[in-house]
Amino acid sequence: MLKRIRPGWGLLPVAVFLALWELVARLNLVPGELSFPPFSVVVMEFYYLTASGVLGDNFLASLVRVLIGFCAGSIAGIAVGMVMGWVDNINKTLHPIISLFYPIPALGWLPLLMLWIGINEMLPITIIFICSFFPVLYNTVTGIRNVDKDYIQVARTLGASDAKILATVVMPLALPNIFTGLRLEAGMAWRVIIAAEMVAIPTGIGALMMRAQSLIRIDIIIVCLIVLAVMCLAFERFFQYMEARVTTKWS
Amino acid sequence: MPSIELRNICQYICRDVNLKIRDKELIVLLGPNGAGKTTIAHIIAGLTDYRGSVLFDGVAVDKLPANQREVGYLFQDLVLFPHLDVAANIAYGLSVRKQSPQQVESRVKQLLQMMKIEHLASRYPKHLSGGEKQRVALARALAPSPRVLLLDEPLSSLDVPTAKYLRTELKQLQQRLGITTAYVTHDLQEAEEMADRIAVLQNGCLEQVDKPEKVFFYPQNEKVSDFIGAPNILDCDYCHSLGRGVMEVGCGGLPIIVPHDGESVHRIAFLPTDIRIEETHPPGPGVNRFKALITSIKPTDETVRIGLKAGKLDLLAGMPHHIFEEMSLAVGKEVFLILKLRRIRVYEDRYSQRSDSN
Repeated sequence: MLKRIRPGWGLLPVAVFLALWELVARLNLVPGELSFPPFSVVVMEFYYLTASGVLGDNFLASLVRVLIGFCAGSIAGIAVGMVMGWVDNINKTLHPIISLFYPIPALGWLPLLMLWIGINEMLPITIIFICSFFPVLYNTVTGIRNVDKDYIQVARTLGASDAKILATVVMPLALPNIFTGLRLEAGMAWRVIIAAEMVAIPTGIGALMMRAQSLIRIDIIIVCLIVLAVMCLAFERFFQYMEARVTTKWS
Repeated sequence: MPSIELRNICQYICRDVNLKIRDKELIVLLGPNGAGKTTIAHIIAGLTDYRGSVLFDGVAVDKLPANQREVGYLFQDLVLFPHLDVAANIAYGLSVRKQSPQQVESRVKQLLQMMKIEHLASRYPKHLSGGEKQRVALARALAPSPRVLLLDEPLSSLDVPTAKYLRTELKQLQQRLGITTAYVTHDLQEAEEMADRIAVLQNGCLEQVDKPEKVFFYPQNEKVSDFIGAPNILDCDYCHSLGRGVMEVGCGGLPIIVPHDGESVHRIAFLPTDIRIEETHPPGPGVNRFKALITSIKPTDETVRIGLKAGKLDLLAGMPHHIFEEMSLAVGKEVFLILKLRRIRVYEDRYSQRSDSN
């Protein structure tokens, strides 16, 4: 019989993986000329980078960009999505345009934006904005349009105006969909910012990785990757948690 | 509470519907699926576009959008807001009208008491049973004190005993509140139990508007008759009581025993499926057993319709296909028929024969 696995057990495979990593590196089992640092060295490097402030500064630079770009993109996406989802004619007008822009990968905008905006703080923020805006917009529109028309009609017979219906019935019922969009894009924002920083921006986690690469500091690269992984996970989990909190009572 | 009048209503399905619903009346909109019953309820509520005019107390409300018509609408699927608890669901129609929180709270309390669901106040719809949802939805519709109540097959999703119980309760509540009500159903029995008057709809046309008994005993045309099951309706030549709740009536020369405890019987009626056909003389007492000649045989989707001549009467019997196939019936054959005593409906001459179609 299968027993329910306790949440703590998820740590076990991670521990085994780290131990194997340490072992393989220490015993020099990896062929080739470049060094393959053991986990303990990476941890030490993490400590040095943190203590010297290098990691903190770069991390903060990335974090601020992600937060500003993501918040602005999401708010804009939800706002435009509300209008498009609620007003059929606006949806019909804008939908073809949105459909054209939606498939363009966020990084695809990079060359264009480098020319238009130049290489400054606005560049990564704009990229993150675009990366968040379209998917959140798309999910908001879908969420609103999926709300059963009966709920709207019953609210109407109960005396609610359109604005009231949108605020008290449609948006709450569309929330799960909107949160799905936010959750997916919160992780995506980190992936995109790293790529943008690697290509064009001199500060941030991505830039730190590129500098480490030119110095052949594999341990620093791995530190950056771990930070990235943890941040992606943390952002996604945050929205997962929020989504559950909002809807757990009724769905 | 107002009277409602529909004047020359035309819409996608409705064709020139004219209907007056009296003050405090419960009218049942009866008809098969797709007859336009729900559409008429939507038109009264202002939830759909239409041509023609809807009047509450003689005042046209066509210009009023649904949220200003003050109509309580109970939807077929109830449509409780899943993100609000029971109290908030009931309060919804009050809170969108800018009432003070104290007012809302006391009204919600009052409705919870009236519907006997105080213990459910803080539950969410997903944790309610069908009957409980029903009460919450009704409380929510009644909360803003609507002028008109529209009930769209409100009991169709419930099991039979619950539906029966709630039906009685609903009727009592409607009478107590004296609220003008339109009740949509496709169930004849439900219609007969609930209705002050029944409006029979077919293909978007009003075929008959009358008291339940009149609809059954005096169907205005074949469409109405077909919908209620094409009953055999017989005028009585004479009647006399046999005591103990039974009465003998004479119809077309046949003495028929009917269950009745009243004065006189004017008409009797029974459905085709309430006639049983036997090839040989059935055993038992000779009550309601007659010789008959088969005049026609016509298979339909549900039953085989068999035309019979018994005495001077032309009767229509309905027989399930599998039973028909076991017997060897043919036009011109002489058979015996049994009328199921308890299924015979009787019509006392309590009402005027003139059909009051308003």
